Amino acid sequence: MLEVKNLHARIGDKEILKGIDLVIKDGETHAIMGPNGSGKSTLSAVLVGNPLYEVTEGEVFFDGKNLLEMKPEDRAHEGLFLSFQYPIEIPGVPMTQFLKAAVNEKRKYQGLPELKASEFMKLMREKQKIVQLDNKLANRSVNEGFSGGEKKRNEIFQMAMLEPKLSILDETDSGLDVDAMRIVAEGVNMLKTPATSCIVITHYDRLLDMIRPDVVHVLYQGRIVKTAGPELAQEIQERGYDWIKEGL
Amino acid sequence: MSEQQYIELYQQCRQMIFDHSCSVLNAVRDAAFERFSKSGFPTKKVERYKYTDIEKLLAPNYGVNLNRLHIPVDPYQAFKCDVPNLSTLLYFVVNDAVYNGEKAEPRGERIPLANPKLPEGVFIGSVNELFSRNASLATSLSSYYNQLACQDVDAITDLNTMLAQDCLLVYVPRNVVADKAVQIINILRSDVDLMANRRVLVVAEENAEIKLLFCDHAADDRNFLATQVIEVFAGANAKIELYCLEETHARNVRLSNVYVKQERDSSVKHNVITLHNGVTRNKLDLTLEGEGAACQLGGCVIADKQQHVDNNTLIVHQAPHCTSNQLYKYVLDGEATGAFAGKVYVAPGAQKTSSQMTNQNLTSTTEARMYTQPMLEIYADDVKCAHGSTVGQLSDAALFYMRQRGIPEKEARMLLQVAFIREVVDQIDLVPLRDRLHHLIDKRFRGELSKCEGCKLCR
Repeated sequence: MLEVKNLHARIGDKEILKGIDLVIKDGETHAIMGPNGSGKSTLSAVLVGNPLYEVTEGEVFFDGKNLLEMKPEDRAHEGLFLSFQYPIEIPGVPMTQFLKAAVNEKRKYQGLPELKASEFMKLMREKQKIVQLDNKLANRSVNEGFSGGEKKRNEIFQMAMLEPKLSILDETDSGLDVDAMRIVAEGVNMLKTPATSCIVITHYDRLLDMIRPDVVHVLYQGRIVKTAGPELAQEIQERGYDWIKEGL
Repeated sequence: MSEQQYIELYQQCRQMIFDHSCSVLNAVRDAAFERFSKSGFPTKKVERYKYTDIEKLLAPNYGVNLNRLHIPVDPYQAFKCDVPNLSTLLYFVVNDAVYNGEKAEPRGERIPLANPKLPEGVFIGSVNELFSRNASLATSLSSYYNQLACQDVDAITDLNTMLAQDCLLVYVPRNVVADKAVQIINILRSDVDLMANRRVLVVAEENAEIKLLFCDHAADDRNFLATQVIEVFAGANAKIELYCLEETHARNVRLSNVYVKQERDSSVKHNVITLHNGVTRNKLDLTLEGEGAACQLGGCVIADKQQHVDNNTLIVHQAPHCTSNQLYKYVLDGEATGAFAGKVYVAPGAQKTSSQMTNQNLTSTTEARMYTQPMLEIYADDVKCAHGSTVGQLSDAALFYMRQRGIPEKEARMLLQVAFIREVVDQIDLVPLRDRLHHLIDKRFRGELSKCEGCKLCR
């Protein structure tokens, strides 16, 4: 699915990623943990092609294709999705129009005909149920006036609409109460298939109790310094990161 | 000095101009000429003209159809509205003459003076026509003509007053509500470069209501210069909606001066939309003269290439308890220049005034220029007035968010620009017009609106 080789990236003059190696196979869920400022969000931003970051070295292959050469929109069309840590409010752009454009652009890329208005509305209603998103929210502007929880559920709703191959959840649990977190986690699990993979970036093992990872990585100072099974998340929750830093 | 050619034109053709117009228009002509010859055109040093070079715009030698030669055009054929549901009563002004439909009617048969689809007593049409067929009504309305315009010191207005040979009169008598929107299509049609001097007088008496939509089109690929003076009288508790939509072309110059006087508890909504143009200058002087009057003013501008759009407003709060709201938004691309200068003047004693003026602008390129100048002048101490203006670019964060969802950059930009302008359009009460505008704005941003949609001659 995804192969990251010796990835270096910087913002301005500041090098943040200093050689990331990561392989994710079809159907796998990987958790990425690590102290604040270690580069977790940068890694997700670089993978989806945020122009604020500059890749200085390394390669990324997504289903065998050179990801770094693709425009952000084409990465999305290829099946890459980022659930933003801070979803953006876009006043004046209705949710339905936004998603219709997104869905149909992807279909165009895949050589499929555009969805008819009725088909699209049906799809929306279906997918809204997955994250229990109120139909009223869909009639509003993108994320405008949404609560923190609604924004995060809206991210997962968009994920459901776009059916990505690889989803990156960047601290999707931050700012969520327990019930909202459960809804989000159940949504993600429901969308999981043996052909789709997931990267979960989080600080807490609580989300990882609900979305079970196959592998847990610890990112520190721009490098992956430890990789282990799901039990690592539990251990970090209990002991923090110091013991990992000390072992370096 | 470019005013000289107009002075000479008037001196040489005065009789011809008088011959083709009724006394309502002729009565004020010479005085306007006197003022014009004394003042000349404003230079850019004149405060309200500092963003548009009037002298330069009026320097070319345009033809003026003073002898009222018939322009062969059947506007019903030339103009076909492509958006359904915009069910309006249609009127046409070809260049600067109110189209009376005589070519469409069998010879010798004149259309009735009053449109049977309008409520009784409402008159919409040429003041010359009204004068020849109902002189008493024309004379009773003549006191309104030029009443607001002559109080302004503005050479464009004076030029218009001295050269205008026809006037579209919209008269809604007391207590009459004209439900159906009235659409006036201004068509510029000529085989040579042409100057047109359009004149409009709107009188809505006490409790009267009317909705007006003016659409400016340029049908031929010629240099056009259109001056326009619209005077609007809103009687006590009257409601007027006045929308102006411009879809002309790069060789068009539009100089529009709108004057509005509002009596007690009247309401005026005015929205100026510049979709496509060459050089446009829209001036609005509005006086809230009676207590409790309210106005809502909006403008949206989409400009690119070397287009120039200058909106200039002066809102005078003369009476207490009045409300004024202004929202002007510009999206400038290419090397376009935009200007907005707005002044709210609160006279002594105009207590409990509530006024909001907002001007927001997007400049998409480094070559696009926006000049913005919001002003407040307050001489009362119990008022709520605010003004603000911004110039900026589209949010990178929003753009990237959309691209991450698979929306290509170009499309994402467009959606954000449409969203930005949308706020102004959503203020329009006339739902079919609002829908049509959303459609047209979309096309405009997609570059599918070459000049003016719905106008066969333009294609």
